This record gives sequence, structure tokens and C-alpha cells, in this order.
Amino acid sequence: MKSKAEVVIIGGGSTGASIAYHLAKLGVEDVVLLEKNYLGSGSTFRCASGIRAQFTDEANIKLQKYNIERWKNLSEELEYDIHFKQTGYLFLATTEEEVEAFKQNIKLQNKFGVPTRLIDMDEAKEIVPPLNTEPFLAGAWNPADGKACPFRVVYAFARKAREMGVEIYEHTPVTGLIVENGEIKGVKTEKGVIKTGIVVNAANAWAPIINEMAGLERDFIPIRPYKHQIVKTEPIAPGQIEPLTCPPAWNDSYVIQDGEDGGVMCGTGLEKEPLSLDDVQPTYDFLREVLKWATKIIPALKYVHVVRQWAGFYAKTPDSNPAIGRIQYVDELYIAAGFSGHGFMMAPGVGEAIAELIVKGKSKVPLDWEWYDPHRFERGELRSTAFQIG
Amino acid sequence: MSDKKNIIICRCNEVTQEEIEALIDQGITDIEMIKRLLRIGMGPCQGRTCLPMVVSILARKTGKKPEEIKLPATRIPVRPVPAGVLVGEMESDENEE
Ligand SMILES: Cc1cc2nc3c(=O)[nH]c(=O)nc-3n(C[C@H](O)[C@H](O)[C@H](O)COP(=O)(O)OP(=O)(O)OC[C@H]3O[C@@H](n4cnc5c(N)ncnc54)[C@H](O)[C@@H]3O)c2cc1C
Repeated sequence: MKSKAEVVIIGGGSTGASIAYHLAKLGVEDVVLLEKNYLGSGSTFRCASGIRAQFTDEANIKLQKYNIERWKNLSEELEYDIHFKQTGYLFLATTEEEVEAFKQNIKLQNKFGVPTRLIDMDEAKEIVPPLNTEPFLAGAWNPADGKACPFRVVYAFARKAREMGVEIYEHTPVTGLIVENGEIKGVKTEKGVIKTGIVVNAANAWAPIINEMAGLERDFIPIRPYKHQIVKTEPIAPGQIEPLTCPPAWNDSYVIQDGEDGGVMCGTGLEKEPLSLDDVQPTYDFLREVLKWATKIIPALKYVHVVRQWAGFYAKTPDSNPAIGRIQYVDELYIAAGFSGHGFMMAPGVGEAIAELIVKGKSKVPLDWEWYDPHRFERGELRSTAFQIG
Repeated sequence: MSDKKNIIICRCNEVTQEEIEALIDQGITDIEMIKRLLRIGMGPCQGRTCLPMVVSILARKTGKKPEEIKLPATRIPVRPVPAGVLVGEMESDENEE
């Protein structure tokens, strides 16, 4: 293992891998990425693959509008097919009040160039043929939203980063940070010390532990892990449920067909407190709850076999928005963590923005630094809650 | 020996021995990544047939002992079950026929 590096990134999920790639792209020669397990083993390989710009606030809409432009070109840029497809997101309203709220959101999204529109149930049925349209009044449909393969995305970022000289060490837990007089001096790992002056905390659900290693209060950024789960069915004919289809009023439940193998991933907003930060054991109550909703959205799913269930972490902050930026108390300590259900979709732009912040002190990515300010929690300042699911 | 192109290791997702060896030759020797890039063990059989074979290919090609290669986690349910049964609206397959 190297004994010194210009920048050390902690955490090899979609965020850390993207930061590593973007730093190398900016010409930083000496970058190390440390992952305690295997790449993607945190939340990233457990995610539902969804990518959307349908948010309800300006900051997230702008960032995601930009991110979708990045996703469109990412296979080409990374020279590896990440299976990005614009299959849309379809949100479904069950009450007149919800239809009104959808209209307001659509207006805001349209203002920033996101082409969402309100559709009726005939059109929804064309988009998702087996949909049970009866309970729903209208849909918010953005055909530009989509999905990509999380496995391929992490692999593609890491592969390109390595090609450009980044050293990636898997199965290498970080055990401490060396900070002297408010400056980073090094990172301790189970395999030795790496001297460095710049550290990025991309450890998501585990980020508070890293902050503590830097001498900060553990709850300086209050990120709480919640178990979120997915139940997946056997493959069905392609084209049946391509968009992520979600009636938010039904406990944020959603269904989405895997772009690659055609199985249907089903999720719902049943959050469980994990027993520990290693506890990703799926639970039976989730299985029943999620299928209750999924078979109401798509009744034909009753006849489809469930083949797998797994759990991962949402790394939730009090306003469900991540902490992205520079930590003022320790010189050259950066963070991009606290992603709940939308960290995967943000990875390209967040990686680019952090890399530019480190190298140039500013970024051309339309990322509202104030909105995602890591220091907002200690000031008791919260943003409007980001819609979390997929 | 027969052509590696024609030896199917993962029957659910039709992955051949050739594809697995090609990935290992590119330096991807972590079974978790091999599984996900080729979707081995992610079909209806949940890896019961293919994963032990992937382990032996990996062991042979990397010089590791098979015991040193940890199998990926098994996911519940161990056997596929119709969703309707789990929401309590149908009988299970075994009672049908
Ligand atoms: C069931 C589920 C469905 C989801 N669906 C979606 C979706 O549709 N769309 C979407 O955008 N998002 C979704 N998400 C959220 C998404 O998975 C996360 O927001 C995203 O993966 C966060 O990526 P990350 O790289 O920041 O974190 P992670 O992937 O968690 O990476 C952090 C890494 O840090 C490593 N680490 C921790 N401590 C240390 C240490 N001491 N030393 C070294 N390494 C360490 C961990 O092992 C881990 O690999 C979903 C999440 C779940 C659980």
C-alpha cells in the first residue's frame, strides 16, 4: 500500500468512486480510495437504480436536471455501458389535493427545464400496461427520468479512475485520522498509515464515525442509518413496468422493472432501525407490507414469484438532504454523505462538484452549496424535506 | 475438453465459463463483483447450482484455496414464492397442480 497521497477518499460507493474518477480527470495524480469491504458493499449495490429530477425544491431539481445530462453521456465518457435508460418516473395521485400538489411541483420543475407533465390514467395505462388505474386520479410523468445499473456504475467509475492512476484499496478499513493543529496529516488503516493533507468523507451511513475520527462531535452531522428493503420478483416481459411507478400516498410504495433482467423491484417506506451498522438482515414484516402495496398497484404481480429480498441503509439527515462540502473545523476535510433514497442518482454531479471544489475552490456544477451545507444542522437550520424514495 | 463458449455455468442467466474466465483475466477476482457484473447467482435458483462452480473456477485461476473464497450472502426466500401467497390471497403452488 502507498504511504502517501495527495487526496484520500474514504468509502467506495457510487459517491466515493465518482469523486475518485473526477479528481483524476482534473489531473490530480495521487489519489487513494479506501473501502472497508468490497466496492459498492454499502448502500450502493442495494439500491433500486432510479434516477429522477422530479423533486419539490429548487436545489434538488437543478442538481438533478444537470445530473440527468451527465447520466446520458456517462457510458461513453467512462467507456463502459452503465445501462442508463430514460424510462421515466410516474408518480400517481389518489386525491384532488395531491393532484393540486403535483401541479405545483410540475410548475417548479418546468421552470428549470424538467419536462414533467400531468397525465390522465389512459396515458398512464399506455406507459405501464398492467397498472391498476382505478384508485388514481392523475399522474406526474417525466419521461426524462430513468435508471442505470448500480453495479456497472461503480465498476465503471473505479475502472476509469484506476486507468488514470487512482489507487483503490478494498478490504481496507480506515481506523483513524491524524489531525494536528486543525490540519489533516494522515489516514490510519488496518494496513498502515497514508500521509495526506486532504480527506473526503464519503462513508455515508458510517460518515459520523469518520467525523468522530477527525475530532468532531459524532452528531455534528446527525446521520441516522435506517434499514430500507427491496423485494424482487422473477423476470416479466420487458416493457411492462419500465418507469419507477409510485403513489406517494401509499406509504411511498413503488415498483420498477430491473432494466437488465426484467424482474420487478418493489419498495415501501417502512423504515427499521438497524440493530447495528452491520445489520442488513431483511425482515418478514417488510415482505408482507411491500407486497400488499405492490399488488394493489399492479394486481398481476400476485401471480409472479418473489425470488429475493435484501436490505441496505438510508443514511438519513433531519431534512433528508445530504451534507456536501467543506468542513470548516478541520482544514481540507470534505464530506459528501447523508444520502437517503437518492444518493445513487446524484453521484456523477456530486463527484464532479467535490473534485472541483478541492482543486479549484469552486465548481461549475449547479450545486447549491448553501442548501447542502454540512454546518446547517449545528445552526438548527433545516431545509424543506427532500422526497426520499428512489 | 469441450468449448468453453458452450459450457453454461449459470443456467438462470445463461452465463458461460468463457465469460467468467474473461472477467477474471481482466483482473476482476472478487466474487461479489463477478456475481454482479455477470448476474451469476441472481436468478431464480439463487446461485445454488452456479456459485460453487464459480468458486472452483476462481480458485483454479487465482491459485487460492476454495475455502478462502467466501460465498455471497444468500437472500430470502430460499425458494421462489408467488407474491399473492405472501399477501395471503392465494394458495401456495404445492397445493395447486
Ligand atoms: C433499498 C434501497 C433502495 C434505494 N434506491 C435508490 C434509488 O432508486 N435511487 C437512488 O438514487 N438511491 C437509492 N438508494 C440510496 C442509495 O443506495 C444511496 O444513497 C447511495 O448508494 C449512497 O452512495 P454512497 O457512495 O454515498 O454510500 P455507500 O454506497 O453506502 O458507500 C459508503 C462506503 O463507505 C464504506 N466505509 C464505511 N466506513 C468505512 C471505513 N471506516 N473505512 C473504509 N470504508 C468505509 C462502506 O463500506 C461503503 O461501501 C436506495 C437505498 C436502498 C437501501
